[in-house]
Amino acid sequence: MKFDKPAGANPTDRQQVIGKPADRIEGPLKTTGTAKYAYEFNEEVPNYAYGYIVGAAISKGRIAEIHQLKAKNSPGVLAIITAANAGPLQPGKFYADRMLAGPNVDHYHQAVAVVVAETFEQARAAASLLQVDYVKEKGSFDLEAEMDSAITPKPGEFGGPPQTIVGDFEGAFASAPLKLDQTYTVPDQSHAMMEPHAATARWEGDKLTCWCSIQQLNWGVRDLANILGIQKENIRLISHYIGGGFGGKGTVLSDIVAASLSARAVGRPVKVTLPRPLIFNNTTHRPKTIQRIRIGANPDGTITAISHESWSGNIRGGRTEAATASTRLLYAGANRMTHLRLAVLDLAEGNAMRAPGEAPGMMALEIAMDEMAEKLNIDPVEFRIKNDTQFDPEKPERPFSTRLLVQCLKTGAERFGWKHRNSAPGERRDGQWLIGVGVASAVRGAPITKSAARVRLDRNGIITVETDMTDIGTGSYTIIGQTAAEMMGVGLDRIVVKLGDSSFPESSGSGGQWGAASSTSGVYAACVKLRERVALAFGLNVSQAEFSSGQVRSGNQSFSLSDAAKKADLVGEDEMTYGELSKQYAQDTFGAHFVEVAVHAYTGEIRVRRMLAVAHAGRILNPKAARSQMIGAMTMGVGAALMEELVVDKKIGFFVNHDLAGYEVPVHADIPHQEVILMEDSDPTMSPMKAKGIGELGLVGVAAAVANAVYNATGVRVREYPITLDKYLSKMKRPI
Amino acid sequence: MKAFTYEQPHSPAEAAAAAMRVPGSKFIAGGTNLLDLMKLQIETPVHLIDIGKVGLNKIEPTSEGGLRIGALVSNTDLAADLGIRRDYGLLSRALLAGASGQLRNKATTAGNLLQRTRCPYFYDTNQPCNKRVPGSGCAAIGGYSRLLAVIGSSEHCIATYPGDMAVAMMALDAKIETINAKGKARSIPIAELYRLPGNTPHIETNLAKNELITAVTLPAPVGGVHIYHKVRDRASYAFALISVGLILQKDGTGRVAIGGVAAKPWRNVEAEIFLPEGAASTTKKLMAGANPTKENEFKLALVERTLQSVLKEGKSLYEIR
Ligand SMILES: Cc1cc2nc3c(=O)[nH]c(=O)nc-3n(C[C@H](O)[C@H](O)[C@H](O)COP(=O)(O)OP(=O)(O)OC[C@H]3O[C@@H](n4cnc5c(N)ncnc54)[C@H](O)[C@@H]3O)c2cc1C
Ligand code: SF4
Repeated sequence: MKFDKPAGANPTDRQQVIGKPADRIEGPLKTTGTAKYAYEFNEEVPNYAYGYIVGAAISKGRIAEIHQLKAKNSPGVLAIITAANAGPLQPGKFYADRMLAGPNVDHYHQAVAVVVAETFEQARAAASLLQVDYVKEKGSFDLEAEMDSAITPKPGEFGGPPQTIVGDFEGAFASAPLKLDQTYTVPDQSHAMMEPHAATARWEGDKLTCWCSIQQLNWGVRDLANILGIQKENIRLISHYIGGGFGGKGTVLSDIVAASLSARAVGRPVKVTLPRPLIFNNTTHRPKTIQRIRIGANPDGTITAISHESWSGNIRGGRTEAATASTRLLYAGANRMTHLRLAVLDLAEGNAMRAPGEAPGMMALEIAMDEMAEKLNIDPVEFRIKNDTQFDPEKPERPFSTRLLVQCLKTGAERFGWKHRNSAPGERRDGQWLIGVGVASAVRGAPITKSAARVRLDRNGIITVETDMTDIGTGSYTIIGQTAAEMMGVGLDRIVVKLGDSSFPESSGSGGQWGAASSTSGVYAACVKLRERVALAFGLNVSQAEFSSGQVRSGNQSFSLSDAAKKADLVGEDEMTYGELSKQYAQDTFGAHFVEVAVHAYTGEIRVRRMLAVAHAGRILNPKAARSQMIGAMTMGVGAALMEELVVDKKIGFFVNHDLAGYEVPVHADIPHQEVILMEDSDPTMSPMKAKGIGELGLVGVAAAVANAVYNATGVRVREYPITLDKYLSKMKRPI
Repeated sequence: MKAFTYEQPHSPAEAAAAAMRVPGSKFIAGGTNLLDLMKLQIETPVHLIDIGKVGLNKIEPTSEGGLRIGALVSNTDLAADLGIRRDYGLLSRALLAGASGQLRNKATTAGNLLQRTRCPYFYDTNQPCNKRVPGSGCAAIGGYSRLLAVIGSSEHCIATYPGDMAVAMMALDAKIETINAKGKARSIPIAELYRLPGNTPHIETNLAKNELITAVTLPAPVGGVHIYHKVRDRASYAFALISVGLILQKDGTGRVAIGGVAAKPWRNVEAEIFLPEGAASTTKKLMAGANPTKENEFKLALVERTLQSVLKEGKSLYEIR
């Protein structure tokens, strides 16, 4: 089915199942520990051995020699895989990193060898006996130092053009009566998902099956075929459940390659997981950005010039962090400019992390807006509202499909009690604490992509949905089930959802907040096919048939849905594809974040006291799941604001704090009551589902709202994330 | 992790003797620190002596009016003990500021005292570290030192002692009771337990090899209000940037110990004379001779400001009373 005209009325508009806060259908499996993750298929894949990855001990250079004798003779050891015996390996398509070092080492903890043994303990013990001689080379690890060497990258598949110019930015900025020119930094960040990367691989002849934990199975098959030099048809990937990804498990990483190579070498299944301390330097992360923002405005608050430049670094062939994306379309302004630059760094690969580009970009832009509002002496909510636009500022002929940013800001301000804010910073006290509030807008693209599914009706009236979509903790199982239930006119209890198997029809996968809108649209298309089959079975005209309460009705005829499959199962399979609507309309999600913080007047400790988010993200398929996405993202935003930083040791060239003790993310005590308001919406330009993603929107802007609240509390502006007390303590007035 | 053998003796004397019998052995109590270090191959004992069954798990009054805390009393039980909460509130508060509920259920009094540093380079066996491999160098000096020591460090090591409980015990003048392999007992004031790194950062305490901690004794209660303020980058489940343990008497005199600034909980009785004058002069004396790095010099201001805060809090508590 091709979607190329805005959607009209369709069965999903009934919203009898869709739009309801259904509990997760896989919830009981997770809470009872019976949902199986990639490392847990012990019964299904018996006779497995364990692989243990040895990470490079240097950051750049080459491997001179690997002394293997001691490790080989260690108890239980079955094989040692290195670049020397692994066979030729290519990089994948999405990640640029090489999954096995040798002879060159590209970054710290890049896999150097995999030791395979009967037990995990034996593999780990033997791995420690491997002695690797390296020849070190000088590397580049410091983005500040490499800024001058950074180039304008070529446009990539994601993230938009590296350079945009509208009007005369420099001229308009120079002549603007009020100006802001500031630089902000967002550090390297880690996804820090709960489930480590893990894979169990099994070969049967030249067929490879891999139980793994990745978000995009289609990319996974493509990339693994590329890396190993085998046919895509010979690969099956299974990812039923994923313990968090946040973009860090987009596709194939070293665990899957190590398991596949090891299983081939020892002729039996092998499982591999990345030990937590390896994940930070071995896999990918959100790369650091240095961002310069300039805003020029008239005294009435109209923005006349706005620019955003961002520098990031990566390994050779790696992507640019598109931190300027939001600035291209969030606010009006006749003269505008954005520019991305990319330097070569010898740290681990930078790549997608939840709301890539937009999250770090808005961490900067939304502080800049706060600073500008202060210069203009205009309320920061008002300032944002004043500069709203209903069309793409780079292409005035392209309207937003739906955009309720202003309503989000107003609704939020009202509910939060924004009018009680003291605009003079550093003046509200509660005992030893200073109190402040902050606001930020939120925006995140609403991409949608082709996605296929198969639905099968059996004689008991059970409908089974199969698609290779993944559920990374987001609620995919449930919203896909709700879609099928709504379309076929049955309750959610009649639906079985099977996900995460590359032998199923190819879906969008989970990433870029496109999964919910795309995968349910694929299920919609398959259900349209199944409805046709059912109507045919009853000799009805499908356009007149009504599917409801397990019945199919037309005129005064009524059939039980299950009777259509009395003789044989009925199957509908289709793929939803898209026309040009996303070119005609700017399709985005919007929101507003309001935060209250307390900052200890003596010690500088920060405690977030209240958080409110208002989100505008198309039709909400399941408000409970959507709220979970929002509050999880808001939590992540607090982490980004206050504590998350991969610290680069610029001498040695690695992320030093490479475990969860050193890389702090929020704990329960850091997170106060979180309120979420979901705006009514439905966007017919997206798909028949009229829905958009929400999983990344919730993160964008949060950190800046926290930063602005900290400023409001203390009067000290910090432009370098995370906002830790050492950055402002000495500038804070000491109470007596 | 290296393969190891294991035994579970039933008395302190047996445990101490076992340590003597097998060179390269270690005691294991709750295991919350030792096992992590073994998995990363930072500690590589060949033999574990599990002291979980040797007794030593009671809190009893001493004839001097204090308390004797068995080495195996869990952090949870110790923090919840009524006598501790009534007379040694500082200790209870420091314990509850540490780790998490699950860890405190497992962690023991002796194990907590002997927990090792959280220097990130100590945890990465690819990096030089004089504490882990004597003579290999120190990656933290000139590296990421934000969390590390600002006083008492040396050119060989700038790590901190990371724990909270010992900060309270330092302010309370606790004593450590031990026996050696021959069963001989001794008592060590906590101020003499920990060593500064000097040129032997791998030797962290003045305990002899294989010396078994049997108990910690607290002298008779000293009264006063007890405050433990731990400053960290998140609200819970993180080691201290710095922490301040204060016992404040009504007349403004008191005791103060600082965590997160040195290879041991930091206390100087001579600085406490200045407490009635306030945080500035006390800190000046207490932190005299500090040698911070650029990244962690903020800790000095933080100590003073936190002390100022807890002094104010302490005084206001007397006002409420
Ligand atoms: C995630 C995490 C967070 C933490 N956060 C904090 C925190 O915020 N604040 C804090 O203070 N601590 C914290 N800790 C550390 C925790 O307090 C210690 O791990 C714990 O107290 C150690 O006690 P244990 O009984 O488990 O010791 P073990 O791990 O069993 O032993 C530790 C050491 O003590 C030796 N030992 C044990 N008993 C004796 C004895 N009787 N005689 C001689 N030697 C002995 C062992 O040989 C070993 O060397 C944290 C730990 C973890 C894992
Ligand atoms: S500070 Fe001490 S523990 Fe840390 S690397 Fe240096 S020697 Fe090792």
